[in-house]
Amino acid sequence: MKLKQHLQNIIRTEGLQYDYVVRDEDGNEAGYYRALDNVELDVKQGDFVAILGHNGSGKSTLAKHINGILFPTGGTVWVDGLDTSREENLWEVRQRAGMVFQNPDNQIISQVVEEDVGFGPENLGVPTEQIWERVEESLRVVGMYEYRKYSPNKLSGGQKQRVSIAGVLAMHPKCIVLDEPTAMLDPSGRKEVIRAVKALNQVEGITILLITHYMEETVDADRIFVMDQGHIALQGTPREVFSRVEELKGLHMTLPQATLLADELKKRGVALPDGILTIEELLAELEKLMNTRTAAI
Amino acid sequence: MIRDITLGQYYQTDSVIHRLDPRVKLAGTVLFLVDLFLINNVWGYLIATLALAEVIHLSRVPFKYIIRGLKSVILLLMITVIFNLFLTDGNIIFQIGFIKVTWEGLRTAVFMGWRLVMLIIGTSMMTFTTTPNQLTDGMEKGLRPLKYLKVPVHEVAMMMSIALRFIPILLEETDKIMKAQQARGADFEGGNLLDKAKALVPLLVPLFISAFRRANDLALAMEARCYRGGEGRTKMNPLIYNRTDKTAYLLIFAFMAVDIFIGRFF
Amino acid sequence: MLKLEHVNYEYGQGTELAVHALKDINLEIQDGEFIGLIGHTGSGKSTLVQHMNGLVRATSGTIYLDGENIYADGFSMKELRRRVGLVFQYPEHQLFEVDVLSDVCFGPKNMGLSAEEAEKKAKEALTLVGLGEEYYKRSPFELSGGQKRRAAIAGVLAMKPGVLILDEPTAGLDPQGREEILNLVASLREKTGMTVVLISHSMEDVAQYVSRIVVMNQGQIVYDGKPQEVFGHYEELERIGLAAPQVTYALYGLKKMGLDVDTDIITLEAAADNIAAALGKYEAVSGEAVRNGESTMPEKIMREKDGMTGKENESKDGGTMTGKDRL
Repeated sequence: MKLKQHLQNIIRTEGLQYDYVVRDEDGNEAGYYRALDNVELDVKQGDFVAILGHNGSGKSTLAKHINGILFPTGGTVWVDGLDTSREENLWEVRQRAGMVFQNPDNQIISQVVEEDVGFGPENLGVPTEQIWERVEESLRVVGMYEYRKYSPNKLSGGQKQRVSIAGVLAMHPKCIVLDEPTAMLDPSGRKEVIRAVKALNQVEGITILLITHYMEETVDADRIFVMDQGHIALQGTPREVFSRVEELKGLHMTLPQATLLADELKKRGVALPDGILTIEELLAELEKLMNTRTAAI
Repeated sequence: MIRDITLGQYYQTDSVIHRLDPRVKLAGTVLFLVDLFLINNVWGYLIATLALAEVIHLSRVPFKYIIRGLKSVILLLMITVIFNLFLTDGNIIFQIGFIKVTWEGLRTAVFMGWRLVMLIIGTSMMTFTTTPNQLTDGMEKGLRPLKYLKVPVHEVAMMMSIALRFIPILLEETDKIMKAQQARGADFEGGNLLDKAKALVPLLVPLFISAFRRANDLALAMEARCYRGGEGRTKMNPLIYNRTDKTAYLLIFAFMAVDIFIGRFF
Repeated sequence: MLKLEHVNYEYGQGTELAVHALKDINLEIQDGEFIGLIGHTGSGKSTLVQHMNGLVRATSGTIYLDGENIYADGFSMKELRRRVGLVFQYPEHQLFEVDVLSDVCFGPKNMGLSAEEAEKKAKEALTLVGLGEEYYKRSPFELSGGQKRRAAIAGVLAMKPGVLILDEPTAGLDPQGREEILNLVASLREKTGMTVVLISHSMEDVAQYVSRIVVMNQGQIVYDGKPQEVFGHYEELERIGLAAPQVTYALYGLKKMGLDVDTDIITLEAAADNIAAALGKYEAVSGEAVRNGESTMPEKIMREKDGMTGKENESKDGGTMTGKDRL
């Protein structure tokens, strides 16, 4: 069951704009590159939101704004009602919106899993006994409790990412931003991580902002935003977004093969509904089709 | 090759020694080293050896694991022993050409070898039974008075602990880079010293770039998890002496007193 | 031709940490083959290819390159590495020079070529990977992810290897970058006639390019055959943490539902044609009159087929996807 509290938008951006300094071949400042251009984002508490886009579309820049790592050069970002650009809000923002990064090796600080998970709560000044409770609880949610005494170097990529997620979870955030957490993993590692992320959302009711370039990972999202050239090019439910096959191809997105196959079948005159996301759905639809035809005889 | 080095790598198990406060282990190790340099007779060494053996026994670290760690320093050990054996003047036992072995040489060589082995095992017992994090915690708290002298104790401890975490990662990366360059015909072994130094460039450049990138990523990840220095931080494993720790201190001091007394005056 | 006979690789023998990384590997790679080597992380695929150019030495077994034993006395490892080029996963592990051209020259220079000759080879290689003159003087560290990979591939190509092995060349790239690199590899093979071994953990990535797939698990070769043969084992593949392309699942699923589809099809368009045709047939058999909307189907199929032939010839080799599958 999904615990949804439609209290207030946990993340909101208004006219968000961000400029990077561009350097020429000799390293001199050559001007600005607008990485984010007038981004309007609204995320409800408890939602699972996916942000898609190819490399350089601005999706990672957007992620870093939500955790107060980057600050807008124009417009405003609110996290749980807090304006991220106000200095006095900084630590509060980072606690409420946790962040998981791409490279599993470069975000684990300690040599023992449980000590790493405790790092965030230690920084927040949480009393010792509560740190241990939080560590245990977080490791259990991501299914890494049995590995609590391990060295991170002995874990697989997917396991390391789950430890990183637990590390953020132990800070009791309201929202977790995951910046391409699966980009460096193999298929089974990717599955593990996505499963853990879904559990966070469905069981713990934490708002998820998953940034990825794998469309398959977004089929269960409540909302998808597709970014291109620093702005939101497409948005909607997975079904709405995935039915716009040609537009997505134009945005350099690779759709799940199930969606593409359904699209090709439709082009060949097979009467399938829009927005098929998985092979199971495709098979079920085709079966329906076969049955109605047989029944018509 | 690199993965064979066990010298000083934490050995995961549960024992009295593992549970001791890192400050006790730090102090114990330092005192043990002092002791090793103060004693100068067989009895002193025997008592120290027995004490170390008991610590090993209590720690539940397999003896094999400890010995494997010694392998990497065996060359150093041999050199020390041989130098002492052949280069000490005194009553000659036998002489072949310019090589002579004296009683004094034999004595110094044996003691020196013994001392070195104990020194290495003694210090590695600390790192075998203490996670680097506990160690840095111990140093941070143990050295806290230095803060009043404006020594950034917390920062240094944090840097040490991160460095320890990244050593295995960077070693593995070094291996990968070496292979990638060897696949392009790089030769890291042949040639004279200058050639060898030159051959390191294709290894060091990617390694440094990667290390900087990792450092940058890590700093970002730490900030994202609200790290802002040592102020206001609580500890997951706060260091509080319990009864075992106090007993251990007593035992260490008792050992020191007895061993130094016997080791120097008998 | 590259031939591996009973190759074993173990490390840490005599300790509790002993690992048997490769177990009795027998593999023959013919000249000009395009092989996909698939396995999840830790399956031994990277270790295997590092044996092929002598970076790792087998603890037992023999490897032959064009009939010569690479472990024989006097067999030059340098020469082996020139002939069997290996591109590692992350270009960041090999790029080090001040500019792209000098970096690509590193390999040929190590082979003992003069500066001019090395530069000539490097320029040829850079042209092959699609990095034009404007990139020669650029720092390799300022390139985009995809361009770095091209530069790294050129760095190995410049040694003119007969066999090119690429260790997960698409890892960490976005979908567009992945496709570009895979297309590049396919075109390289076409232009040079090299033997290519492509390591990947994604069947979907390699499915439409390679003529043979070798699947590894726990240090052993578990499947070796044409893509469609290997994908037929999709249930077993799943058990070892891999997956067949979704198209395969769709076709097998439909077959189970009683639709007469060809499960050997790999590409999306061909599968769509096949399914549409099978549905048409199913309908005909069911005795239902052809509806207006579907009567145009054969026409469409013909159109799609014509549109595809060029692409098919370019990227497929030895596949069984012929006209009969579709009609």
